Amino acid sequence: MVKKIIGGSYITLVLFLLYAPILLLFVYSFNMSREIGIWSPEWGFDLYYKLWSNTDLMETVVNTIVLALAAGFISTVLGTMGAIGMFYSSRRVNRTMNELTKIPIINAEVVTAISIALICTMFGFGRSYASLLIGHVVLTVPFVVLSVIPKLKQMDNNLYEAVLDLGATPTKAIFLIVIPEILPGIISGFLLAINISLDDYIITSFTKPSTFKTISTYVYDAYAKGGKSSSVPALRALFAIIFVVMIAYVVIHSFIQSRKSRLEGSR
Amino acid sequence: MNGLKFSRKQLGIPYAVFLIAFVVVPLLLITLYAFTKKVPADKATFTIAGESVSFAVSNFSDFFSKSANIRVLFVSFGLAIITTIVSLFIAYPVAYILSKTKFNKGGVLLVLFILPLWINFVLRTAAMKELLYFVGMYKSNSFSFINTLIGMVYDYLPFVIMPLYSVLVKIDKSYAEASADLGAKPVTTFLSVTLPLSMPGIVSAISMVLLPTTTSYVISDTLGNGNVTIVGKIIETQFLTMDNWHAGSTIALVLLVIIFLSMFLSGKFTEEEDESAGRANLW
Amino acid sequence: MSDKIIELVGISKEFDGGTLAVSDFNLHVNRGEFVTFLGPSGCGKTTTLRMIAGFEIPTSGKILLNGKDITNLPPYLRPVNTVFQRYALFPHLNVYDNIAFGLKLKKIKTTSKDKNGNVIEKFEHLKKSEIDEKVSRALKMVDLEEFEKRKVTTLSGGQQQRIAIARAIVNEPEILLLDEPLGALDLKMRKDMQLELKDMQRKLGITFIYVTHDQEEALTMSDRIVVMKDGEVQQIGTPQDIYNEPTNAFVADFIGESNIYNGTIVGDRKVRFINKVFDCVDDFEINAKVDVVVRPEDVEIVKPEEGIVSGQIVSSIFKGVHYEMIMMVGKSEVMIQSTKEVKVGDTIGIRVSPDNIHIMKRDFVSNVYDGYIDKINKVHFAEGAFECDVTQLYPGSHLDSEGYVITTAGEKIDLTNVPVRVEVGLKDIEIIDNDEDGDARGSIISIVYKGDHYQIIICTDEEEEEIVCDTEYLWNENDRVSVKIPKDKIKLTLKAVEKK
Repeated sequence: MVKKIIGGSYITLVLFLLYAPILLLFVYSFNMSREIGIWSPEWGFDLYYKLWSNTDLMETVVNTIVLALAAGFISTVLGTMGAIGMFYSSRRVNRTMNELTKIPIINAEVVTAISIALICTMFGFGRSYASLLIGHVVLTVPFVVLSVIPKLKQMDNNLYEAVLDLGATPTKAIFLIVIPEILPGIISGFLLAINISLDDYIITSFTKPSTFKTISTYVYDAYAKGGKSSSVPALRALFAIIFVVMIAYVVIHSFIQSRKSRLEGSR
Repeated sequence: MNGLKFSRKQLGIPYAVFLIAFVVVPLLLITLYAFTKKVPADKATFTIAGESVSFAVSNFSDFFSKSANIRVLFVSFGLAIITTIVSLFIAYPVAYILSKTKFNKGGVLLVLFILPLWINFVLRTAAMKELLYFVGMYKSNSFSFINTLIGMVYDYLPFVIMPLYSVLVKIDKSYAEASADLGAKPVTTFLSVTLPLSMPGIVSAISMVLLPTTTSYVISDTLGNGNVTIVGKIIETQFLTMDNWHAGSTIALVLLVIIFLSMFLSGKFTEEEDESAGRANLW
Repeated sequence: MSDKIIELVGISKEFDGGTLAVSDFNLHVNRGEFVTFLGPSGCGKTTTLRMIAGFEIPTSGKILLNGKDITNLPPYLRPVNTVFQRYALFPHLNVYDNIAFGLKLKKIKTTSKDKNGNVIEKFEHLKKSEIDEKVSRALKMVDLEEFEKRKVTTLSGGQQQRIAIARAIVNEPEILLLDEPLGALDLKMRKDMQLELKDMQRKLGITFIYVTHDQEEALTMSDRIVVMKDGEVQQIGTPQDIYNEPTNAFVADFIGESNIYNGTIVGDRKVRFINKVFDCVDDFEINAKVDVVVRPEDVEIVKPEEGIVSGQIVSSIFKGVHYEMIMMVGKSEVMIQSTKEVKVGDTIGIRVSPDNIHIMKRDFVSNVYDGYIDKINKVHFAEGAFECDVTQLYPGSHLDSEGYVITTAGEKIDLTNVPVRVEVGLKDIEIIDNDEDGDARGSIISIVYKGDHYQIIICTDEEEEEIVCDTEYLWNENDRVSVKIPKDKIKLTLKAVEKK
């Protein structure tokens, strides 16, 4: 009994420390003080309005999302095709591509970042949207590949041949049979890619056009090297919104999962 | 049909080209840049991207001779190691307790620990800065190192909890029962059975955290107010501020070699699949 | 020291969620005995074993070891060792370290005299040489000498199992618990290990408590067997007791091959089953419903005219030791084991001597039938079709206009041909004087005066199913009658899917 209490309190403590900064910002997103620590008697959604009207910040948010979706989409298509190709190639080819795929994952982000910067400069599109996009794709595509491959392994080998045998063209076979079978892997790869892209700072900072801003670079500029974002309290509102959206996503996701497993279980 | 023999293998060609163009070649480029130096046009061996260069090994000696650089290396590794150890000590009990709860409550609670990862990394670090400021950790500059440390542990804790939990939860309960059956008190059971069997998780956790904490300078910049410099930062400085891509590449190459060597030695190449699959399982 | 080494008194175990895994378990085990808990999956035998080991705490009841109450004692303080079903050998340790694990933790009381002649008692760990010796002796006992340095993962299943046994017995426990240890082995190895384990037990003199679902294994190895079903003890006895005198149909069916029939006592030491009257040795009240058990090897094959009953052989299989044959008597099957071969298609007669007919009282409170629902939501049983309330199969449901059942979750269910269990009380049946007006029909075969009413048994024409009714009216034997049963008196339940 005592053990349970100690265990429970430890978990609660760690959870509290984990969420303390988040809750702090969340609470202060509704408070109009200039600085966190100074409590202003004014409450309200003002910071949220400020966020909305801060075109700079809003543009940044839009940029970030668009970039993530674009990189995610390209990665997913490229990665899925790559995974399928790899899986059905010879062992040597498969293994080589597998090892190459892992390089961006195990490498330090800085190293990957400058490698992209180097090659893009060589080809003449140094700091451009193209190099930024390529950078994000390099960062995320391995995760897509590694999400899809296990699903390919799980897939019944004979399905593809069976469909060809029934008269489908290879293209149709891929779309009608293979893709639906590995769809969970594709989707989770896609979501993973988007998330990684949204999160990224280092590669972005090395490859982006100088005037381009993402949430990561925006916040970094505001806070790094001694800066404090008192000038942009609207960031708190942004933070709070992101937090709420994320919670909503996880809740909905796990709700769907549990409904799925309940339906399958009651069979 | 078309006459074009379509095989599934061919689907992989665009990806293969992509890998070569944007992973392999760039790494070769880094190597090239590391071994070359900017020289006046008349002494140049060839030009890269409009710059005249010639081969040199002096980049390396230049780097390692500066004591400031050596200091940075020490700080980086020190910070990484301390972060890893502290994270392990905080995370292990969490993972252990979660793995022992019944009825999958552990899995649900785990989600709570993973949730912060969904918020942008830089934003989370900024939030931590606000909190630290709130409690007065910025009153003096001497707190920079510890602020950075706190930030590192904070940002990477979920990454340590995850592999520990997934290994601990898979350990067959009958080992602990057998140990108790043979006369071991709970503490002995933990030290002699559970802990050794969870080693793979510990190794996995370390590998997930050790490298990023050495090279990710976002945290050290934000929380250390620029007073804490780590290896990744020097590369950035060389590249973006000093425009000396050769020096930057040199350090990058050194890092690369260290990374590949340690991966090769610990045969970890295969475990990366589990790692990123583990990350993928978050979603 | 008393002879009783372990006593379980009124042990019950209820898990969260209300499942009663073990209910009122009472047993005493004598020192040096080989006791087996036997039963199908889910009967509570493993749970009971785990309570003795200390991995589960009983919800109520006491466990006494040598008279001491150990009910709440943690497993590491009990002088009991367990051999686990999947061995649970520590994968990160080699064979030596696995076996020595318990030994290294042991503290032995040593007495010595100091210089003043006072006796000093100390608790010391075992010396390495002592541990080495014990480990190699244990390995020798399980026939795996020189295996000390081997990695556990390189061993075969049979070897792992023997290491698991060695790891347990090396600690010289008072009681050794074995949880289906031979389950993962192939047949030959299992049979060999059964003999080895029995031998080991006799040599070591340790009390063994063994759990299995294999009745042959239990019969081979045990001094006494505890048969369990659904958390309750069915019978405790020696293998001979349980085989020859099972106390109920479940035990009879579980142990060995049997023929089991529904029977009725029709006279003084006369029982009717498979529609024939046999002499038996048990005395029950007339009209008592009983279960009748006849072992296949007790059926004598005679010429058709010499038998109590005759029939045709429909299956004959050579089993090496004997022929296993099935004979049809009316609609019933009789399994016969004999060294005499009878070919399929031949007609024979059978005799069973009265003391080979085992009779067990059956609780009888209502008529129970297997039935099914037809297209118009009538239930068919006892060769009749009856109006009934099918919504009782799904609590809270109702019928829609087309006759489908709509459950509370909104599911639409078609009950055509769904098998159900039908229960009708004895008093709820109306007997009608002709065989047309009712929903099922037959002839009266028995009338018994029960003091304040008559108990009538009607036998249907084709399937010879019995309908038992309590009524205040007197009828005549052989009357042809039919029955009506009010719709609300027919109790229906879905037939559960067979649990493996």
